[in-house]
Amino acid sequence: MVKESFTLRGVEFKNRVLVASGTFGYGNEVKELVDVNLLGGICTKSLSWKPRDGNPPRRIVETPSGMLNSIGLANVGVEYFIREKLPYLRTVETVIIANIAASSLQEYGDVLSLLEKQEGIDGYEINVSCPNVKEGGLSFGTDCAKTKEITASLRRRTEKPLIIKLTPNVTHISEFARAVQEAGADAISVINTVVGMAVDIHKKKPKLSTVTGGLSGPAIKPIALAKVYEAAQVVSIPIIGIGGIMTAEDALEFLLVGATAVQVGTANFIDPSTGVKVAEGMRSYAERYGVSDLGQLVGAMESNKEFSVLQSWL
Amino acid sequence: MPLQQVAPVLSNIQIAEGIFLLTLESKEIAQLARPGQFVNIRSTDGSLPFLRRPFSISHVHEDSIDLMFNIVGQGTRMMASRRVGDTLDVLGPLGKPFGYEAHFETAILVGGGLGVAPFPLLTRYLKKHSKKITTFLGARTSRHIVSTNLENIQIATDDGSSGFHGTVVSSLESYWGSHALPGPKIFGCGPTPMLRALSETAQKLHIACELSLEGDMACGVGLCQGCPVETTKGERKYALVCIEGPTFNCNDIILR
Ligand SMILES: Cc1cc2nc3c(=O)[nH]c(=O)nc-3n(C[C@H](O)[C@H](O)[C@H](O)COP(=O)(O)OP(=O)(O)OC[C@H]3O[C@@H](n4cnc5c(N)ncnc54)[C@H](O)[C@@H]3O)c2cc1C
Ligand SMILES: Cc1cc2nc3c(=O)[nH]c(=O)nc-3n(C[C@H](O)[C@H](O)[C@H](O)COP(=O)(O)O)c2cc1C
Ligand code: FES
Repeated sequence: MVKESFTLRGVEFKNRVLVASGTFGYGNEVKELVDVNLLGGICTKSLSWKPRDGNPPRRIVETPSGMLNSIGLANVGVEYFIREKLPYLRTVETVIIANIAASSLQEYGDVLSLLEKQEGIDGYEINVSCPNVKEGGLSFGTDCAKTKEITASLRRRTEKPLIIKLTPNVTHISEFARAVQEAGADAISVINTVVGMAVDIHKKKPKLSTVTGGLSGPAIKPIALAKVYEAAQVVSIPIIGIGGIMTAEDALEFLLVGATAVQVGTANFIDPSTGVKVAEGMRSYAERYGVSDLGQLVGAMESNKEFSVLQSWL
Repeated sequence: MPLQQVAPVLSNIQIAEGIFLLTLESKEIAQLARPGQFVNIRSTDGSLPFLRRPFSISHVHEDSIDLMFNIVGQGTRMMASRRVGDTLDVLGPLGKPFGYEAHFETAILVGGGLGVAPFPLLTRYLKKHSKKITTFLGARTSRHIVSTNLENIQIATDDGSSGFHGTVVSSLESYWGSHALPGPKIFGCGPTPMLRALSETAQKLHIACELSLEGDMACGVGLCQGCPVETTKGERKYALVCIEGPTFNCNDIILR
């Protein structure tokens, strides 16, 4: 028997594979296609105080080995979520992480405090890094002091696991990782989407209605790995690796560079059971190499420390 | 309830210029499918093209489904190259079916180009419910017309090589002026500009009208929020084409 579980501030995750915010709806959309109980956890679509319509079409564009999106945090709003979506999530036997997005410190706090009063939420993931909204979003996530302030303020409001989701669209993600650790975060999620764009040469117009959007999928996996590796050099809190994971092999790379767990995002659009398959594949890998606890793989990559990630850029 | 299956190709033939009819074995999807629903196809095992591609379920048999498609890019090119015995990963049936049971007497089917795709299955269900049917098809030329398993066909071509010379919507308008179509309801499918014109005509002539929309999709199952259409119903600005459509009452949406 391979030990697959890990704990975060007292909450036990049955395995190390979660599904990423915005790529698995509110969990009930594909319940006939996937046994969600076999996932390590579900991160909800980002929730804001009021419902958000999201951006006008076109919101998605396929790109080589990935896609751009500019959904604009379209979501049902926290009250509707509590009334209509949470009852189902309570019946699911896996960890439920409410992802929160907001356009002010006040709004982050209000949403979290309302969720605190509900049964069925096991922890929070704070999206300070959405590239697709005008207010908040990236303007928070690329400001280290602001990110730290949001973390500290939310920390005071909850004893449940608090995960801060970082953007790769900064020069040194390690500075942000260190700042949120100092402010009391229990873990960081690395990475949100990478700013990108695509152009329609026939219309001479951007393909996305918002001009730029967020790139995801296998195209960003090498970036995500480097960001996780960089963050792992400076923090001791767990890192949840995200970016382009399609297979167990991809997920294992993230563990080896320092991720405690992973999230599967865009791959759910192609196969909603990717997360379950990734967890299975990690188990087989552990059996094959005689690894008794997947935790032994975290940060187990052997590398030449002379080439530290920060130096090699200079 | 949708299924995800690896379906063997039973046949894949060209039926008109650049248009293919692909038959996939799937007893389960064949039994569940209703007219207007679609499947989301993975055209490769690799990552190019990366996402699935949506296709209307054109017809169903005992244990197989038909899809009709034309080659527009990489995904459909790969689908066209699939041979008998190859397989394709299929997710479906997806989406909300056409309202074929509603209270009306005559179904007016209006298809632009590959918009004809869902009509064979729709025709079967309409006949089962004893509806009268008139079908209007529009194509670029006579070589681009697909008209199997349809009833009372009126053809329009852009170049006048067959039937009415002009768009399918203007052919409907001209027919309407000189023929009686009692208790009518329009079922439209095709490119967005055609659907916009059809919607205006339906509103002008006070005919009930349901449209099947095309558009970008990533997941096809409501996970990504990538497929919005502006809606006039309720408090929300957008509806999701993949789960709330692809069929919509034309009064409930705004096509831009
Ligand atoms: C619900 C639904 C049902 C559909 N049913 C059918 C069907 O029965 N038969 C059929 O042939 N097609 C159908 N389509 C359209 C079909 O999904 C696209 O043609 C297909 O995705 C193209 O894939 P590709 O990789 O070949 O082309 P791509 O490489 O993705 O695109 C090539 C070019 O075509 C354009 N394009 C791609 N998709 C569309 C689209 N949906 N509308 C307009 N332009 C587009 C792109 O912008 C690009 O310029 C349907 C779409 C939807 C949403
Ligand atoms: C369509 C789409 C919507 C997303 N919505 C959210 C969101 O609401 N909140 C959030 O924190 N991240 C969101 N993300 C980012 C993903 O959770 C993930 O961080 C990113 O896509 C990288 O992982 P991937 O390559 O596995 O998709 C979204 C991504 C996509 C593709
Ligand atoms: S295509 Fe993903 S929600 Fe409609």
